[in-house]
Amino acid sequence: MSALDLTAPAAHGRAYWALADCWNIVRRGLTHYRRQPVNIAWQLGFPILSVLLYGYVFGSAMTVPGGGDYKDFLMPGMFVMTMAFGFINTATVVVHDSTKGVIDRFRSMPMSSSAVVAGRGVTDLAVACAELGIMMLTALAMGWRPDGGWGFLAAFGLLLWLRFALIWIGVWLGLLVPNPEAAGGLFAVAFPLTMISSIFVAPQLMPDWLGWVAAWNPISSTAAAARDLFGTPVGGGGSWVERHALLMAGVWPLVLTAVFLPLAVRRFQRLSR
Amino acid sequence: MDDDGYAVRAEALEKRYGEKRALDGFDLAVRAGTVHGLLGPNGAGKTTAVRILSTLIRLDGGRATVAGLDVARRAREVRARIGLTGQYAAVDEVLTGRQNLEMFGRLFHLGGARARARAAELLEQFDLTDAADKGVGGYSGGMRRRLDLAASMILAPAVLFLDEPTTGLDPRSRGEVWESVRALVADGTTVLLTTQYLEEADRLASRITVIDRGRAIADDTPDGLKNLVGGDRIEVVVAERTDIPRVVKVVARVADGEPDADETELRVHAPVTDRVAALTDVARTLQDEGVRVEDIGLRRPSLDDVFLRLTGHRTEKEEPAA
Repeated sequence: MSALDLTAPAAHGRAYWALADCWNIVRRGLTHYRRQPVNIAWQLGFPILSVLLYGYVFGSAMTVPGGGDYKDFLMPGMFVMTMAFGFINTATVVVHDSTKGVIDRFRSMPMSSSAVVAGRGVTDLAVACAELGIMMLTALAMGWRPDGGWGFLAAFGLLLWLRFALIWIGVWLGLLVPNPEAAGGLFAVAFPLTMISSIFVAPQLMPDWLGWVAAWNPISSTAAAARDLFGTPVGGGGSWVERHALLMAGVWPLVLTAVFLPLAVRRFQRLSR
Repeated sequence: MDDDGYAVRAEALEKRYGEKRALDGFDLAVRAGTVHGLLGPNGAGKTTAVRILSTLIRLDGGRATVAGLDVARRAREVRARIGLTGQYAAVDEVLTGRQNLEMFGRLFHLGGARARARAAELLEQFDLTDAADKGVGGYSGGMRRRLDLAASMILAPAVLFLDEPTTGLDPRSRGEVWESVRALVADGTTVLLTTQYLEEADRLASRITVIDRGRAIADDTPDGLKNLVGGDRIEVVVAERTDIPRVVKVVARVADGEPDADETELRVHAPVTDRVAALTDVARTLQDEGVRVEDIGLRRPSLDDVFLRLTGHRTEKEEPAA
């Protein structure tokens, strides 16, 4: 038997323990990155490769409607893509935890069950901050020169706001797909979804119908708003959704959260079935 | 704490998944301070029962108490009194053994200092101190299972659920896990152990419930169950078919019942109680008589034998759940 007194202190209320549990789950997530820093490199590999490919290989052949340098246009798009692919990361971790029985162990413990999901979200946002930092340093090294000040911070905030909304899609998918291999296949779905947007090319340069789809892609609004706030070329576009990019960059993630947060929570509760 | 000396009680548990009845009026009573085996083939309802008792899934009917607490109404209190070790090791593979136990300790609300001290204590107890600061990804199956057991033991729970704790382990790791379980029971923990192996239930449990198609079909001591199927059997395989009648006569002298002879497999077998004496007697006599013996030995009754006797049907072989 233990020489320690193992009775839990009763001095704290439920809210205290919910926060403490959440923090301990975040600690776990961050310790993962500390033990496997190469994971961050993997997640950043694709966006950085894209910056180099599109910036240097295709860059000279690309035009930006309304003028401006393509590399300046591209960088905010790459930040959005980094955020967008984040949901695959969320889904992968969740599917691992649920198929390996880690989530079951958490659920069999007297801890706050919301902390399991909330802790995941906070971890992912912290990692997203680090990823954005690294991407922005890469962009600066390549000659990207954004406006500083409040606009910069607002753009940073909108990028994280998009990542926040995608956490719930990630959790929902992570609890939905049957195994980690299937989560790997999400990349094949995510890649075209990010291509048909304003990330690489301005929608007005696409065929009409495709341009319309690309303009209404939620991540296009975040990209356009970020370009505007960074003071880099926006790439024009006269449709309603493009003229109201700033508004829609706030609204889209809200809509996604309103749909997928309840779905994710319901999926989590269904584990008790 | 206990319910008349019972650490776990289940009455008429029901659990349905669509048309399938995973549990169909399942009853169970586990005395405090004992190891109780829950024996049955894949798909019999063992894991469903454990998942209900450990508050992971809701029951559709019936009533269950763990440590005297209703699992449906007082789930959170139940969770503070139980440990759960699943079929696969539910530990974090990226973290080290120590980081795992410290994390679970903090999530059990021990606070940082006590979580660290408890982790060190458990690493020692489960013989994992040398590997404590290595990533769990590099652990052997047995070490991982021991770490999983240690994680289940952080609060020194009143009741420990072990869901097929040795499935997929080699014999040496299996022995290590058995040792750990025995040590826990010596400290007063009640253990509910699910297994597909009669031998495992026999080694560890003082009482066994046999489950088939969501119902308890027998509840007895290991000896009682083995007597039901006739206990151990002596088995002789000969080289020549013509020797079979002589072997039957020799075996009959030490057997408890009529020997069975299988003409096609050239095999003679019969139930025995005085196992080693019977084996040496038969081996020596057959040698003296010059019978060519291909194989001779004692065979323990298997889960298949218990099942056949209790249900009249063989266990349905299924792939183990991933």
